[in-house]
Amino acid sequence: MQISPLKQTLPSAETPLVTVEDLRVRFRSRDFNVPVVNGVSFSLGKGEVLCLLGESGSGKSVTMRALMRLFPSTAVVSGKINVDGHDILGLSRSKLRAIRGAVVSMIFQEPMTSLDPVFTIGSQIAESVMFHEGASRRQAELRALELLELVQVPSAKRRLIAYPHELSGGLRQRAMIALALACRPKLLLADEPTTALDATVQIQILLLLRELQHELGMATIFVTHDLGVACEVADRVAVMYAGRFVEQGSITQVMDNPSHPYTQGLLRSTVHEGVRGVRLETIPGSPPDLAELPAGCSFAPRCGFVRPDCTMAVPHDATVGQGHSARCVLVG
Amino acid sequence: MHAPVGRGPTGLAPINGARMFNYALRRILYSVPIAVGVSLVCFLLLHIAPGDPIDAIAPESASPQLLAELRAAYGFDRSLPVQYFSWLSNVIVGDFGTSIMTGRPVLGELANAVVNTLLLSGGAVLVGFVFGLLLGTIAGYTAGSPADRAATAFAVAGISVPNYWLGLVLVVIFAVNQDWLPAMGMGQGAPFLSWANLRHFVLPVIALSVIPAGIIARSVRGTVAEVRKQEFVQTLHAKGLSPFRVFIHVMKNSAPALLAVMGLQLGYLMGGSILVETVFSWPGTGFLLNTAIFTRDLPLLQGTILILSMFFVVINLVVDLAQALFDPRIERN
Repeated sequence: MQISPLKQTLPSAETPLVTVEDLRVRFRSRDFNVPVVNGVSFSLGKGEVLCLLGESGSGKSVTMRALMRLFPSTAVVSGKINVDGHDILGLSRSKLRAIRGAVVSMIFQEPMTSLDPVFTIGSQIAESVMFHEGASRRQAELRALELLELVQVPSAKRRLIAYPHELSGGLRQRAMIALALACRPKLLLADEPTTALDATVQIQILLLLRELQHELGMATIFVTHDLGVACEVADRVAVMYAGRFVEQGSITQVMDNPSHPYTQGLLRSTVHEGVRGVRLETIPGSPPDLAELPAGCSFAPRCGFVRPDCTMAVPHDATVGQGHSARCVLVG
Repeated sequence: MHAPVGRGPTGLAPINGARMFNYALRRILYSVPIAVGVSLVCFLLLHIAPGDPIDAIAPESASPQLLAELRAAYGFDRSLPVQYFSWLSNVIVGDFGTSIMTGRPVLGELANAVVNTLLLSGGAVLVGFVFGLLLGTIAGYTAGSPADRAATAFAVAGISVPNYWLGLVLVVIFAVNQDWLPAMGMGQGAPFLSWANLRHFVLPVIALSVIPAGIIARSVRGTVAEVRKQEFVQTLHAKGLSPFRVFIHVMKNSAPALLAVMGLQLGYLMGGSILVETVFSWPGTGFLLNTAIFTRDLPLLQGTILILSMFFVVINLVVDLAQALFDPRIERN
C-alpha cells in the first residue's frame, strides 16, 4: 500500500473551508444545565486535517458535531459556524439536510450500532446517493459498489447485499467510511473512528483514512484521545480541556513544543517507543465537573505550575509561534 | 457488471431464497410437535375436569345400564390413551365427532362459528391495529410531550376497561336509549357490504378493538421510542435524510417486536371473546365455547378449543416468518 508522506501545514491565503467563532454549547433541561463547549474558535482550510485531542467529556465530540448541527434536543448553542459558505447554525432544517451527508459527513465510533441493522450495506450507501444527488437506484447502487471498492472491501459485490451483522468490525467501519464518502463531502468528520476496533484493524483503518484523505483532498476533523492517532493523520492539533481549546498548532509544533501544562501532561502520560522501563506519569486529579467549572483556568486545580492569577480569569489565547497558541498565563 | 442488490432502501430484506426457504421449512416442522402437544393438552384438560359428560345429558332416572351404553357409544369407557389416539386420528381427517347436545357433527357447528368470529375479529383487528399503531407511533415520536401523555392515557384506559362492560354501555347508549344500532345478532340475509348487515358489526367491533388498540399502542410507543434512541438513527440524521425516510428506518426496525404483539392479539381475537360475543349474542366461537362449557358437550368443547389453539400455532408461525422478512438477524440456526 502506497502512503504519501504527512502533509506539511501550508498557511493558505484562500478563504478557509470552516470557520468557527466563539462556539458555545450547553445541555439544558429541567434537571441539568451543563456547559460543554465554552467559546471555541478555529478555522480549517480546504484539505486540511485537524485533530481534536482530549479526554472524554472535554467537549471534542460536541464541537465536531456542531459542524453539522447534530445535537440532542436539549442543546443550546451560540456562536457562528461557517462551512463552505453556509451559516450552519442559521440554516433552515431542509437546507441543513441538504448539507448533511453531502457537504459535511460523519464517521461514527461504533460501526456496529451506527449502521442500520435491518438494511443492507449497499442500500444504506445507495440511499444517501439517491437522496442527495437524485440518482436512480441503479446508478446509486453502482456508486455504492465503487465506494466499497474505494475503501478496499474485498469481494465488494457480495458485501453490497450483506447486513452489518454479517461483516467484521473492520469491514463494518470501512462500510461506514464508504457511506460517509458517498456524496464526496468537502468536510469529513471522524468521531474516534478506530476506538472500537482491534489494534491491528485500527492501523489499517487509519492508513485507509489517511490515504483517502490525500486522494480525495477533503478537509477532515478527527476526534480522538489517542496521541498516536493524532500524530499519524493530523496536520494540526487542537487540545481540548473542559470545553475549551487549551492549545492549538501544527502537529510538529504541539508535539515538539507542548506549551500548555495539560498538553505536556498528556504527552508524558502516553506510551512512546523506546521508553521501556521508564515510569509513565499521570496527570493528578480528575477532569472538572462541567456544571461547576472553577473560575479562571479550568486546569488550574490539577496544574503543577499554578499561580495566583490562574484562578482570576480564563487565560487568553497566547501566541507561542506562527499558528501555535495556548491558553496559559505561563505563555508569552 | 452490477451486483444483484436486493430491493433497496424501502423494500423488505433482500431475501436469500434458499436460506429463507430452509428457515421456513424448519419453522414449519417445529410447529408439528407443538401442535401435537397442544392437542394433548386440549384433550387432557377436559378429562381432568371432574364430572361425567354423560351425566349431563342422561335423564336423572336413567338406569346404570343405559349410562354404560351411552358411555360406550361415545367411547368414554375406553382408556385415555386409546381415546386420545382415536380422537386425534379422526381430527386429522376432519372428523371432530358429534355434538352431544345437538347430535350434529362438531365440524359443521365449528365452521359456522369460526366464520362468524373471523368476520367480527377481522373488523376489530382493522380498527384496533390501526388505532394502536397510530397512537403508539405518535406517542413514541413525541415521548414525554402532552401528545404522548394523552395517547398513553388513552391506551391505558383502553387496556383497563373491561370489554364486556364497554359492550353493555354501548348497547345501553346506542341501542336502548337511541336505537341507532342493533344490540344483538348478525344481519340475517342482508348482503355483506350493505349497511343493514354492517350496522350489526359496529358496537361489537368497538367493544372488541379497545383492548388490542391499547396494548398495541403501548408496545408500539415503547418500541418506537427505544429504536429512536439507537445510534444508527443519528447516522440517518447525519446522512441528511428527511424525517419520512428516517421514519421508514425506525418502523422497519420496530417491525419484528410489533409483529409479535400483533400476532398475539390476533390470536386472542380469533379465539373470539366469550364475554363480548355473549353480550351481543354473536354466534361465534366464543359463544359456542360458552354453550359447550355449560352443557358439558365434550366433543364440541374439545374441537373448539383445539381449533382455537391451532389458530395460535399458525399465527405464531406466520409471525415468525414475517419477522424474518423484516429482520435478517432472526433467520439463524
